[in-house]
Amino acid sequence: MSLSLLIFLPLLGGVAAWLAERVNPDLPRWISLLTCLLVLLVLTSSGLSALADPASSQWLLYSQTDWIPRFGISFELALDGFSLLLLVLTFVLGLIAVAASWSEVEERHGFFQANLLWTLAGVAGVFLAMDLILFFLFWEVMLVPMYLLIAIWGHENRGYAAMKFFIFTQVSGLLMLLAIVVLAWQGAALTGKLSFSYGDLLGLDLPPELAFWLMLGFFLAFTVKLPGFPFHTWLPDAHTQAPTAGSVLLAGILLKTGAYGLLRFTVPLFPEASQTLAPVAMLLGVAGIIYGALLAFAQTDFKRLVAYSSVSHMGFILLGVYAFNELALQGAVMQMVTHGVSTAALFMMAGALQHRLHTRDMRKMGGLWQQAPRMGACAMFFVLASLGLPGLGNFVAEFLVLLGLFAVAPWMTAAAAVGMVTAAIYALWLMQSAFQGQPDDDRQMADFGVREMTTMAVMMVALLWMGLYPQPILDLAAPAVQSVSNLLPANTLVAGVAP
Amino acid sequence: MTPSADFSLIMPVIVLGVGATAVMLQVAARRSPELTRFSTLLVLIAALASSVWIGSPEPGIGQAVTPLLQADDMARLFAALFCASAALCVMLSRDYLPGLSDQGDEYYLLLLLATLGAVVLAYASHVASLLLGLELMSVALYALIAYPSRVAPAAEAATKYLVLSGGASATLLFGFALLYAATGSLAFPEIGAGLQSATLGSAVTAIATVLVITGVCFKLSAAPFHLWTPDVYEGSPAPVTAFLATVAKAAPFVALIRFLFDAQLFDLPGVVEVLGVLAVLSMLVGNLLALLQRNVKRMLAYSSIAHIGYALIIFTVAADPVNRALAGEAAVFYLVAYVPTTIAAFGLLALVNPGGEGQDHAEVQDLSGLFWRDPMLAILMLVALLSLAGIPLTAGFIGKFYLFAAAVSGSHWVLLAALVLGSAIGIYYYLRVIFQMSQKPAEHELTWTMDGGMRAVALLLTVAILGLGIVPQALMEYIRGMF
Repeated sequence: MSLSLLIFLPLLGGVAAWLAERVNPDLPRWISLLTCLLVLLVLTSSGLSALADPASSQWLLYSQTDWIPRFGISFELALDGFSLLLLVLTFVLGLIAVAASWSEVEERHGFFQANLLWTLAGVAGVFLAMDLILFFLFWEVMLVPMYLLIAIWGHENRGYAAMKFFIFTQVSGLLMLLAIVVLAWQGAALTGKLSFSYGDLLGLDLPPELAFWLMLGFFLAFTVKLPGFPFHTWLPDAHTQAPTAGSVLLAGILLKTGAYGLLRFTVPLFPEASQTLAPVAMLLGVAGIIYGALLAFAQTDFKRLVAYSSVSHMGFILLGVYAFNELALQGAVMQMVTHGVSTAALFMMAGALQHRLHTRDMRKMGGLWQQAPRMGACAMFFVLASLGLPGLGNFVAEFLVLLGLFAVAPWMTAAAAVGMVTAAIYALWLMQSAFQGQPDDDRQMADFGVREMTTMAVMMVALLWMGLYPQPILDLAAPAVQSVSNLLPANTLVAGVAP
Repeated sequence: MTPSADFSLIMPVIVLGVGATAVMLQVAARRSPELTRFSTLLVLIAALASSVWIGSPEPGIGQAVTPLLQADDMARLFAALFCASAALCVMLSRDYLPGLSDQGDEYYLLLLLATLGAVVLAYASHVASLLLGLELMSVALYALIAYPSRVAPAAEAATKYLVLSGGASATLLFGFALLYAATGSLAFPEIGAGLQSATLGSAVTAIATVLVITGVCFKLSAAPFHLWTPDVYEGSPAPVTAFLATVAKAAPFVALIRFLFDAQLFDLPGVVEVLGVLAVLSMLVGNLLALLQRNVKRMLAYSSIAHIGYALIIFTVAADPVNRALAGEAAVFYLVAYVPTTIAAFGLLALVNPGGEGQDHAEVQDLSGLFWRDPMLAILMLVALLSLAGIPLTAGFIGKFYLFAAAVSGSHWVLLAALVLGSAIGIYYYLRVIFQMSQKPAEHELTWTMDGGMRAVALLLTVAILGLGIVPQALMEYIRGMF
């Protein structure tokens, strides 16, 4: 099985979906549904067979073809447990995004589904690429279809939001490109061979000052995407203005590419420099948690509230990555997956409400539970998941982060825990204002149908499973997490809480 | 001086020269724009074929053909590129021209002469051939710009270009004169050799070199010599603008590369600094002013100033002999990537303005809804704009990557900062056009029809831009052999 199939299948699926529109406007969504299923099938079958028969190397699957030998750039793809996890998340959320767009998109179905699949292809490339230029390529290329999704099918202020989204990522990406080129040149000076391969650039003996600046280039690109405070300002706009499927992909997967980048590239390539930055990064994480929660509380727009809650939850990832111990790192990985699922569900809810009520303003909602009990129950479930109710996946994630962090920075842990309390406030406020209270008697709205309940049920089962039995996920990510935490001298304080 | 020069090595120049004469005779015998277009295309394709098939004496090493011209891989590559670009401009003019003038014959003839000038520049290794090529190209362009004789903007543009071009040529000539006085020679390599035994001291040669650079930078429209560019681009017919922005920029740039590289003028005091300042100024001025434009032609004009700024980076890098080869490679690749991209952008404007009376509809909102009205053209414009912005999978990205690599290897952080800043600003105005294209069609929409031939041109350009971005290795290896 070739890893490139995971990228080319959605790419070709997108082309097919676009062309299929001419035959029948219903055909494109079926094509993207099938494409996502097919990729998931390929992914699980090859992933499982590789897991059953682990190779001696770091990777479960690996492939490499020369691409631009002039600069030592190759088409190098690799899969390990961590990226397998994220790829499964990507295509499951891809399915959910297709389901979310099933009846919402009213025009140009073909091009919509094509952009959706191309975004998935780009994200899959980001999670697989092991050549830094190839990684950068996917990093940038996935922006274009996402930009079009927002710019064409977005809501009233889409132009501004799409532009902001693209510029933030692109500009920080340019700094990363600069850092990549300097790193490779430095590598060539040290080893005599110009190469952009991740394996060749790991463990270079860089001058500390240079390493710090290079690390900053990577850090900035990934923190903007994550987004970490204070680079988050693009997120509320983009998430709010995007069509539902776009919001699902943005919150569910695109944010995770930032977290993935930090874990896969920033820390392993520059361990010492990352440690120097750790206090600042953790401070940004805590600031994001509290600031995001506070702003979420102040919103009246359903989607905007969920968007700010994402800023808050992503703070935990920064904390988890920069606490530099296995527990916190495990927590960060868990958070990537559980936040992906719970936020995708909430955005789908927001999309369903907007489709029915033609507003996202919570002041115009109220009492929805009585009119649409199934929607109310689903909303309740995911709101509770998002505020970190024990028994659901998000709790495990945030608990692990706090546990790992406590040994390193107790005060930061305390502040982050305050953030969790505020999460309860905004989450319950959301429930209260939208679903409880006096219903508007003139309002007629349909409850969730079979299609919507099925997708909701899938996400509920996933969150319950991750909350009650998270071990398989922890095991899957363990090799990657251990290799990151082994890079740095063990923090003596952590020894006490290590499992 | 070679006693028996092998003239087959400069076949493209000969083909174009003979071809231009033949077309002139044909026009005298029978005036018919269709026939002239056909014969012009035939000449251009023959010149293109001759530059592809008649190789250099030995790969990598050039050979002087007369003291004026140097035949090598670089000359061949650019001769081919210029002929291909001119052929595309001829194709683009087909539907556009009938609205401009009753007689289209001379238009094609002038385009052919301008191409001859550009090709001579690609081969030039002597100030005389440099001047000849430059003037041949410019004089033909004055007339081309003014071709829509019934409208004022074209006349204004042509006058501006004529006056400023004249000034630039005078500056250039003065520089050459000083160089001759200082070194006693006019051929590039001999100027370099003469520097060692210069009688007038290095100050005069440095001033002379800066004057030459100034003259060429007028043609390149590097800031602060860019003032003519937006007006001329806006006033010219779109296919001529395409030629002006690509061939008429790349050819002087190639000549400048040869002049500075062959004559080894980097050690003169002030030369590298002047080029660095020009680069930074062009990047910032071009991008900042492009932000303010509502007209796509003017926006692309300012963006072309910025792109020349990016490319000028390489001269600062080349000052260090260790990095000179990489700098040369970067410049050549950048130019090769820039030409199809820019032709695509201006070509689109030509395609959506068929039979325009010399006044193009090129406001940003004129393009709104392009995605839905004509997906194929929209994809062409999308690819071109993304390439200009330097997004991966396009030729523009590889070009920009080359520049990054070159500047990093020389540790020129100020230039890199300007490059990053300029690219960051650039994204905004390119995206603005893409956004307009993706919105619902405007009320007052333009209408156009395209036949198979024009679709083929659009497809060819799209494939070229993406091809250079996805499989650049072959071209990279070829260019690498030049330096």
